[in-house]
Amino acid sequence: MGEIASLLGAGLLQAFEPLNFGMIIAGCMAGLFIGAMPGLGSVNGVAILLPVTFLVPPTAAIIFLAALYYGAMYGGAISSITLGIPGASTAVATVFDGRPMAQKGLANQALMAAAVASFIGGTISIVLFTLFAPPLAELALKFGSQEEFALMVLAFATFIGLGGDDIPKTIFSILLGLVMAAVGFDIISGQPRLIFFDMVEFQRGIGFLVLAIGIYGIGEMLWTLEKTGGKVKIENVKTTLAEFKENLGQIKKYLPTTSLGSALGFFVGTLPAAGATPASLMAYGLAKTFSKDPDSFGKGNISGVAAPEAANNAASTGSMLPMITLGIPGSPTTAILLGGMIIWGLRPGPLLFANNPDFVWGLIGSMYVANFVTVALNLALIPLFVRVLAMPFTILTPVIFILCFVGVFATTDRMFDVWLMLILGLGGYLLRKLNYPVAPAVLAIVLGPLAERSMRQSLISSRGDVTTFVNPVEHPIALICIILAIALMLYPVYLGYRRKKEREVAKSP
Amino acid sequence: MSTRTAELLAGIGLLVFSLVLMWTVYTDGLTIGWVDGRGPGAGVWPFWLSLGMALTSVWTVVRWFRKTTAESRNEAPYIDSDPFALVAISFVALTAMIFLVTIVGTYIAIALFLGFYMRVIGKHSWRMTLVTVIGAVIFIYFLFEWQLTKYLPKGLPIFEDGFLWIDNFRWEYLM
Repeated sequence: MGEIASLLGAGLLQAFEPLNFGMIIAGCMAGLFIGAMPGLGSVNGVAILLPVTFLVPPTAAIIFLAALYYGAMYGGAISSITLGIPGASTAVATVFDGRPMAQKGLANQALMAAAVASFIGGTISIVLFTLFAPPLAELALKFGSQEEFALMVLAFATFIGLGGDDIPKTIFSILLGLVMAAVGFDIISGQPRLIFFDMVEFQRGIGFLVLAIGIYGIGEMLWTLEKTGGKVKIENVKTTLAEFKENLGQIKKYLPTTSLGSALGFFVGTLPAAGATPASLMAYGLAKTFSKDPDSFGKGNISGVAAPEAANNAASTGSMLPMITLGIPGSPTTAILLGGMIIWGLRPGPLLFANNPDFVWGLIGSMYVANFVTVALNLALIPLFVRVLAMPFTILTPVIFILCFVGVFATTDRMFDVWLMLILGLGGYLLRKLNYPVAPAVLAIVLGPLAERSMRQSLISSRGDVTTFVNPVEHPIALICIILAIALMLYPVYLGYRRKKEREVAKSP
Repeated sequence: MSTRTAELLAGIGLLVFSLVLMWTVYTDGLTIGWVDGRGPGAGVWPFWLSLGMALTSVWTVVRWFRKTTAESRNEAPYIDSDPFALVAISFVALTAMIFLVTIVGTYIAIALFLGFYMRVIGKHSWRMTLVTVIGAVIFIYFLFEWQLTKYLPKGLPIFEDGFLWIDNFRWEYLM
């Protein structure tokens, strides 16, 4: 415990170094802005801005992107409340009560509740993170390639069991990502694979960033243009100091549900398929169930704003836990962060704690600091962000497209990848219209090379014996992961069976 | 085209795509089977996962016939002409910009694209448009070319030569 305290102390000191502290402020500002813009969320921001972070050392870069990540969680609430459009999918649940509050003229009260709840959620989950991460990393140090592979299978199984999207389409998306990851030279035999049309450009493979920016930059903007047509209506917000004090008094009203939502959000956030969106919806449901006055939900209950906002912030921190300790991202945003870490020359996973303590503890320290910075910036600048929302899409859209193009080119130095980004973005948009989920493909293209390598290494070391993954003596943890994965994949089958049963019961008198 | 038709076409298209992937792996002579004592060959991963893609596509098509998914029952148009016009214009303009990059270089292409989008689609004033365009070009140059030392595409030699003049100026007087 003492060791953790001293490492954390060093991490906090690192967070206050001028460059890192500057990155926290810049990241929070960028996150608040990106989160507040309808259609753009943390994942879009992290994908589009990752190429820019090569400007600074890896620790400063991850601090910037992590700050952007929770800044976007705060920012999402701004447009949910003032526009009635979730600024990001993670803020969907905030609309339910945030919009009615704004229509009653209580927009600033709702915004403040969202900010305070986000702060509570972020703080509770970062404390949980600090407690869980070191022991988890230590446990993971004993993992061999069998456990690594089994964990990845488990990560993909969560998409099938808990993702909530159409199952064949989810599986297709996962497999497509895994196959795209295999393009280029095989890591073990050195043979070229899937070189389409004999184009030499494919020998270098398809970079995950090309897919991520294509889908979350180009595809997402096209999707937003179609959904909103660029038209939005803003509820007026102005804050006075007296109101500010009065709103502070409201905190104790929603403190219990907020704390509950935070803990829930953290644990849901650690699951790869779940993340901040379902966490906030679950927290909303929980707040409603435990409320003395459940009927007031949906009509402007302040707890209905606070609980989901606490949960989505907690989940964003939670999703970093498996990324840092196991090398398995807990959300699409952390999948892109993980890919970034590989580009920066770091090896994500348990060894990070031993080999790069500066990086890990600098990140953890920055999360504590960023929470304070974001809540302060948020409360101070709410009127500014509300005005920013009025920024017409005819400026935002082309600027984002330009950043996508320059970002991809700057990372790979090839026009080929820019064209590929354009095609993948269009494809992602067209498939998304048919309800094909895109997040699993992004996760799969990041994890694909690692998954294939760990699978083949395991099989080489066991001389081709497949049962090595489920050997209860040598690899009990891998066995547990595989059993959990199978259970998760069968869960929808069970749900379907139960629904069928219920329908039969309902039919028979 | 209704969403229902689009769902079927996408299912069939993705099935064909998966089969092409399998065929490519197979004809490239990669080992798609087990190597004794060494486990899977180089082609196993892409080949069998592509087979999985093919099977899930068949599954989607079967569900289309049985009308299980919401998309397979949805007769609303897949492409709604009104908001889609905006999507189409944006995408075509973006494609044109990337194509122009290879001819006139990054900066002129960006300026034309941003100018077109703001002036023609957004109907912003000339002043607003020009300020944003010039600001964006300087920002991109400063951030990527200067700070990140990336050489962004400059297009045909004639445009590239013109640009070198600016670069020389930076190296001579500003570094």
